[in-house]
Amino acid sequence: MKADIPGKPGFNFGDAAMVPVRFAMELVDPPLRWLQRTAGLGGMATFFLLPNMLIFGIFVLLPFFINFAYSMTGGAALFLPDRNFVGADQYARLFDCSNYLDPNSCAEDTFWTAVGNTGWFVLLQVTLMIGVSLVTALILNRDLRARSFWRAVFFFPVLLSPVVVGLIWKWILQRQGLLNFGLYGLGFEPHAWLNDRNWSFAAAVGVSIWAHMGFYTLILLAGLQAIPKDLYEAAEMDGTKPTRVFLRITLPLLAPNLLVVIVLVLIRAVQIFDEVYVLTGGGPGTSTLFLTQYIYETGFAAQLRNPGLAAAASILMGAVLVVLTLLQLSLGRSSEKKGDRK
Amino acid sequence: MGHIKLTNVAKSFGSVDVLHDISLEIADSEFVVFVGPSGCGKSTLLRMIAGLDRPSRGELTIDGKLVNNVPAADRGLAMVFQSYALYPHMSVRQNLAFGLENTKMPKAEIVERIAEAARMLEIEPYLERRPGQLSGGQRQRVAIGRAIVRRPVAFLLDEPLSNLDAELRGSTRAELAALHARLSATMIYVTHDQVEAMTLADRIVVLRAGRVEQVGTPLELYNSPANRFVAGFIGSPHMNFLDGTIESLGPSKAVVALTGGHRVEVPVDGTAAGARVTLGVRPQHISIGDKQGIPAEIKLVEALGSETVLHADVAGQKVLVVAPGQHDLMAGAGIHLSLSAAPLHIFNEQGLRLG
Amino acid sequence: MSRIAQFLFRRKGGRGWHWTDIVTWVWLVGGLFIMFGPAVWLVGSSFKSPAALAEFPPTILPYITQKVTVSGIDKPLDLYEVTLEGGKTVKLAEVRRVGVVSQMVDPSNPGEVIKVNISQRKPVREMSFASENYTGPFTHFDFVRYLWNSVFVTVVATLITLIVNSMAAFALSKYEFRGRTIAMLLILATLMVPLSVIMVPLYSIVSALGLFNSLWGVILPTVATPTGVFILRQYMLTIPDELIDAARMDKASEWQIYWRIILPLTAPALAVLAIFSVVWRWNDFLWPLIVLSRKELYTLQVGLSIYSGELNVQWHFILAMTVVTMIPVVLVFIFLQRFITTGIAGTGLK
Repeated sequence: MKADIPGKPGFNFGDAAMVPVRFAMELVDPPLRWLQRTAGLGGMATFFLLPNMLIFGIFVLLPFFINFAYSMTGGAALFLPDRNFVGADQYARLFDCSNYLDPNSCAEDTFWTAVGNTGWFVLLQVTLMIGVSLVTALILNRDLRARSFWRAVFFFPVLLSPVVVGLIWKWILQRQGLLNFGLYGLGFEPHAWLNDRNWSFAAAVGVSIWAHMGFYTLILLAGLQAIPKDLYEAAEMDGTKPTRVFLRITLPLLAPNLLVVIVLVLIRAVQIFDEVYVLTGGGPGTSTLFLTQYIYETGFAAQLRNPGLAAAASILMGAVLVVLTLLQLSLGRSSEKKGDRK
Repeated sequence: MGHIKLTNVAKSFGSVDVLHDISLEIADSEFVVFVGPSGCGKSTLLRMIAGLDRPSRGELTIDGKLVNNVPAADRGLAMVFQSYALYPHMSVRQNLAFGLENTKMPKAEIVERIAEAARMLEIEPYLERRPGQLSGGQRQRVAIGRAIVRRPVAFLLDEPLSNLDAELRGSTRAELAALHARLSATMIYVTHDQVEAMTLADRIVVLRAGRVEQVGTPLELYNSPANRFVAGFIGSPHMNFLDGTIESLGPSKAVVALTGGHRVEVPVDGTAAGARVTLGVRPQHISIGDKQGIPAEIKLVEALGSETVLHADVAGQKVLVVAPGQHDLMAGAGIHLSLSAAPLHIFNEQGLRLG
Repeated sequence: MSRIAQFLFRRKGGRGWHWTDIVTWVWLVGGLFIMFGPAVWLVGSSFKSPAALAEFPPTILPYITQKVTVSGIDKPLDLYEVTLEGGKTVKLAEVRRVGVVSQMVDPSNPGEVIKVNISQRKPVREMSFASENYTGPFTHFDFVRYLWNSVFVTVVATLITLIVNSMAAFALSKYEFRGRTIAMLLILATLMVPLSVIMVPLYSIVSALGLFNSLWGVILPTVATPTGVFILRQYMLTIPDELIDAARMDKASEWQIYWRIILPLTAPALAVLAIFSVVWRWNDFLWPLIVLSRKELYTLQVGLSIYSGELNVQWHFILAMTVVTMIPVVLVFIFLQRFITTGIAGTGLK
């Protein structure tokens, strides 16, 4: 995006509809002129930056730093001064296992179940999401009529709220739902999918892909459309086979976008919560319990709240996310250098 | 009104000195042009006068008042920008009114001033349009109009003609000159084009690398450039320079031996025999002479009809000759050049004018 | 029809059918059903009465059993088509059912009770849109409150986001000051600190500020979005600095430069951010779930999830409320889809 200065003007405060806004803005002008006279341009820069930095400092930076303090305290008290210092005990508790390959042998067995579930979830999400959205992007990049319509079809669920997504699928997968109806028509017995440990996990993976694939398809499609057409024409002139064209032209030139998508899917999958929580509530049992839900329940919802333990778990998760984000930034930079991406 | 004085003004960005100790006095209703190659600091100087940049050292006064720390808005100046900087989301009328509204001027007076400026600049038909719907020349007029309605103590113009095509530039130049005569306001004009400087200025300030090289009327600069840089910068095509040595000194006269052996007599003092000098002569002042002249070889002939431009080679140095009328000459031919009628300029090894 | 077929089955290059053409159309048409089908099914179901919802196999369209009032009986009775022993079919109303025997009456002759085996009777059905699913939540769940809370949070958070982010973006794009790079890096670093990582301490801070169980506690932590600052700053960098110089010469104050020059010219980027912000805030779930524990403060998303998680889910209400919750987002999708998709393709952010 770029401001196209002479061609596309923005809105104009001279217009009649803007009168109240204009009035409000002019009301604060005299005190701000005074501020400008006393504090100078540097002072005005601070003034403009201050509200954002203040909110950001109080609600992002401060919690980020005191999170470390929380993770080293125990008890159920909410405010930090009321909590007792326990050092690394919370971390020790998280890692207290007699057999590191078996979550059930750990003191905090639900944490390791959540870690295991999240790990599987991430693995399945990344592979399936890349597969599905790459195929969709390739198909949408074909010489289609009404391409923007088809693109919209796959993009539609992206905007839906996770709660709505969860409820839509909960309704479809329930015992009297649409899926069982379809299978019944084919002669199968109805099945309570969400009460089945394996199927509920599969549903969580599938629903998450359904909800987000449109977003990644869009990024991949943008990448595909940025590949110059003459490369394909040149390949056709050389009589290159389609599979070879895909492997030697499309895939390498799409690689930067593909890497960005992989990292974005990873980052999002690690934090998965909303739609699965509504769909299965983490169950049956702990079969769809993921890390964020573990943190939420340990910190807020459980009978015995343990904010310290939740903080310790969230720091471990944050560490993973920081690594993934740095990976994304460095990938983004190297792909910018290559000039492959806009 | 409109008396601007700079005393030892300097500007640094970090450790880079952009302007060095500039002292300059601009009289009321004078048209002063800052000219120089790009990067010479002329725009920075203008922005400092405007109040958009602060000087690092020195004093800046307007009508006797020290304004170093007075913000741009309160200096009573108006500026026309190279890109015109019209507010794209406002109509022409709103563009003109914006600065006046900010001074809480009564509505009736705003209307009156806009009408007057619009009439003067012939932009009345476009008042309700937005800048995006105007041609380059029209935008330029609106930019000037925005300055005029403010009735400033001085106009600051930053390369206002550089975005126009050649033809429009010529006619707008003439209009600007007429406007200055009519408003009789102080105008400070920045350009890298010496033709604009020569045609518009009461006085020209030549700048190079953050220093003032010479200040004077256009003809002063043309006739007696203070140094080699000014000599080369003012005048088109630019002055020819020939290397030589002072052979003998007489009273207020000297004989210079040019590379290649030819001797010329020049009025000069303040030098010594044997010193290495540069002889400057404008292409228009060289004539094609007889065998006594300097022998030269023609490399290229540009016949323009009214005049003929010859690219010649004199003992390995390039010399340009603009001869009036048409000449039947061919590249490769040998000719003789005469300097007998020419005003000659002589510069020492440091490039400073002698005599 | 053949025109439509011709359109649908148009092939690349007009040569014969290639296997990729088949894959393309199977994928697209399948996608159409999988992507839209669930939402359409949800909307269809939301018009069914609780009885129709409990049926298996379900019907596509909402049907209910026809009712009839019989004199002498207060409640309206279900109407059935009964095949009598003689093979004759009549319409009878069921008074009560005992085991496999149904006691029925003829609505025109309510005195005489006819006993019928239940296998002999079939309900008389009619199509009916259960609009009470939509009106019910207003009385049952304080639905208006949730709707209002969601609208309030969305509108206020978006307005604050636009103002605060555009001010910060203005400072970061048009002023030279010490600490500018640090501020920029700090804001970018926020991208690495999602809610799930800081929710425990954030909760304590919000509580300490007295914002627990307050809609402001939902709004404030979300408004300083790094994405917003980033999008707006990138856009403002393309506005020429000479415009700001011109405004300064025109005696405009810095505040006037911000709202009369910069804001109007940033309109396209502000529009993109506004759309994103509306969708983000409308859809927010985890944080409101943590901050809001009083029923009257629930947003739609929280209310929906709480009521759908109850033991006895009143699906007919939940489905209707879900549809209402979807409406704003669907409107955004229909009217602004192009805007959003180019926004994502251009910035890579969601």
